[in-house]
Amino acid sequence: MRDLITYIVFGWYPYLCLTVFLLGSWVRFDREQYTWRSGSSQLLRRRQLTWGSNLFHVGILIIFLGHFVGLLTPIAVFDTLGISHTFKQWLAIIAGGVAGVMCFVGITLLVHRRLFDARIRTTSSFGDIAILLLLYAQLVLGLGTIFVSLQHLDGYEMVKFMTWAQGILTLQPGVSALIADVHPIFKAHLFLGMTIFLVFPFTRLVHVWSAPVWYLGRRGYQIVRSQGRLSASATSSQRRGAARTISAEYPR
Amino acid sequence: MKIRAQIAMVLNLDKCIGCHTCSVTCKNVWTSREGMEYAWFNNVETKPGIGYPKDWENQKRWNGGWRRKKNGKIEPRIGSKWRVLANIFANPDLPEIDDYYEPFTFDYEHLQKSPEMPAMPTARPRSLISGERMEKIEWGPNWEEILGGEFAKRSKDYNFEGVQKEMYGQFENTFMMYLPRLCEHCLNPTCVAACPSGAIYKREEDGIVLIDQDKCRGWRMCVSGCPYKKIYYNWSSGKSEKCIFCYPRIEAGQPTVCSETCVGRIRYLGVVLYDADRIEEAASTPNEQDLYEAQLGVFLNPHDPKVIEQARADGISENWLEGARRSPVYKMAMEWKVAFPLHPEYRTLPMVWYVPPLSPIQSAAAAGKIGHDGEMPDVRSLRIPLKYLANLLTAGKEEPVALGLERMLAMRAYMRAKTVDGLIDENIAKRVGLTGAAIEDMYKYMAIANYEDRFVIPTSHRETTEDALELRGSCGFSFGNGCATGATETNLFGSPKRAKNPMEVV
Repeated sequence: MRDLITYIVFGWYPYLCLTVFLLGSWVRFDREQYTWRSGSSQLLRRRQLTWGSNLFHVGILIIFLGHFVGLLTPIAVFDTLGISHTFKQWLAIIAGGVAGVMCFVGITLLVHRRLFDARIRTTSSFGDIAILLLLYAQLVLGLGTIFVSLQHLDGYEMVKFMTWAQGILTLQPGVSALIADVHPIFKAHLFLGMTIFLVFPFTRLVHVWSAPVWYLGRRGYQIVRSQGRLSASATSSQRRGAARTISAEYPR
Repeated sequence: MKIRAQIAMVLNLDKCIGCHTCSVTCKNVWTSREGMEYAWFNNVETKPGIGYPKDWENQKRWNGGWRRKKNGKIEPRIGSKWRVLANIFANPDLPEIDDYYEPFTFDYEHLQKSPEMPAMPTARPRSLISGERMEKIEWGPNWEEILGGEFAKRSKDYNFEGVQKEMYGQFENTFMMYLPRLCEHCLNPTCVAACPSGAIYKREEDGIVLIDQDKCRGWRMCVSGCPYKKIYYNWSSGKSEKCIFCYPRIEAGQPTVCSETCVGRIRYLGVVLYDADRIEEAASTPNEQDLYEAQLGVFLNPHDPKVIEQARADGISENWLEGARRSPVYKMAMEWKVAFPLHPEYRTLPMVWYVPPLSPIQSAAAAGKIGHDGEMPDVRSLRIPLKYLANLLTAGKEEPVALGLERMLAMRAYMRAKTVDGLIDENIAKRVGLTGAAIEDMYKYMAIANYEDRFVIPTSHRETTEDALELRGSCGFSFGNGCATGATETNLFGSPKRAKNPMEVV
């Protein structure tokens, strides 16, 4: 029975979450882009946001990058580079710990602001509050795992999670067996992490997809849209496509 | 030369009576929605005053508009592109809603529903954001109306720069004017430049600046970028919104709602042809005081055969060229030079221009003690200080504003001589560099201001860009995804959503 639950939660649930995450984001972007926004409440209350939001975002971006690189880089790459598992474990604990504490301070400010500032509370949707608390819980669990990891600095557990994550992404649900005997706090952290992917398309988190890094590559500053011209021979789908052309221009 | 056309606006402040009809009709049409209660695409400020939002003209505080760098290039004052991105998590230059005002309503229902009481029931204010009772309303959209409030606060007005302002706090020396404000639909808009998503754009065909509501992600940099603070963040939809210059009306050849309903007939709409290739150079003019002339240099003479030829080559249609030749905006800005841009020093090359107001001659001058220049009073003896108007309209350069005011005074003197004394005095016209015929023309446009002279708006040519067959049965003007509003009336399980605050009707 335990095996079955482990198999469902760590073997199949990830696929449910990833599918909903990708398809849901795609459908929402395609069908309801008017609802696709960061949902900033800075206009209503600046207090606590400057520190809270900056610490939270910088912290969580470092954590996300750490998880992404740490979990998905094949173990062979680390071995070839001569990075020992113990060293990687320490790197994860220190970098993750520092970013985690930053993020924790930030999100604590943000949670306090969202729950106890009347303006923010009444203008928040259920989803706004739920996703913030979900992230809060996930962060606390993540910070909690540090104390467990300090018990086994050989990186053995860490390699398990890497193998698991890479196994899931290479369509081997059987790797869930690796998770069976890890500390429960890791299990909770993994489960909640996958759940965040599951609810992602239904919350304001979708703004993550739209991080406007392309702005740095915009050629000019200004954007002028011209109306396309209809040509008599164009098919109807071509006509729709030709409707707008966008050009970035002066000042360079 | 790359010629484009824009529908521009001129407001004749000399005739503005501050009735707010423009603001109210605009609000009723465009911003009477949740999230936009505090936003006025058009508002009328009493000057001197700090305005709406508070202190908006102080760019040392808000960092709106452009800055000219040492190498002669310009960049948004809020910073270069990487600075904009670095501030995306918490924008240091964003006003708080209290800088505009906390929107409120009154408990009107209480007047009808209260039980019999010894005292009359009252309608007390309630916040439209939190739904909570507001014990005291501290600020509103027009808090300084007709010089309301203390001079000490009002006189923080940025346009007092270089003016000995203390004397204007005295009752007998005080002055005021109205300043209706809307989006300037600039040639070099900072909002467009600051938008990391690229959601804001200028329309090539008529110059209207719009926010693509689908592409806007709510990064709120446009609010900071715009030095006129005419972009508003909708806290309910999480998108920024701005004056759309009533483009559905403009496309059909109708004036904007604010212009149509203006009872003082102060608003003019017309085509201006401009050279898009000269915008960057003009906006980078080294001396701020030359920006007004630099912008005039971007505008093109619609009577010039070379301009007409190039405009045709650039795809501008005949009715727009005809509109440009008859444009009241071109006449006032370029031919008579009585209209000026609002704060050209922001380097955005704004396209809503203002005719400065005349004001009563100060008592000393009226008593014959100072300042008569032949038939006409010296514009420097007018009650509104010339420097103040120049700070508002020409980055502090007094000569162009003085000439504009002199021409308006000359128009009065000329027409008075003609209608009262029955004589045509060409000398009056000559003294201000005009002809009698030009002054009669000015009189027709600025004093009589017939509807067909004020609004010369060629219709757009949708037929060349849209297939009407494709538009059958579509939703027309809507938010979001076609006919969907993006808002769901029910919760996940089908029952109605609860109201978020007591004032909201679901």
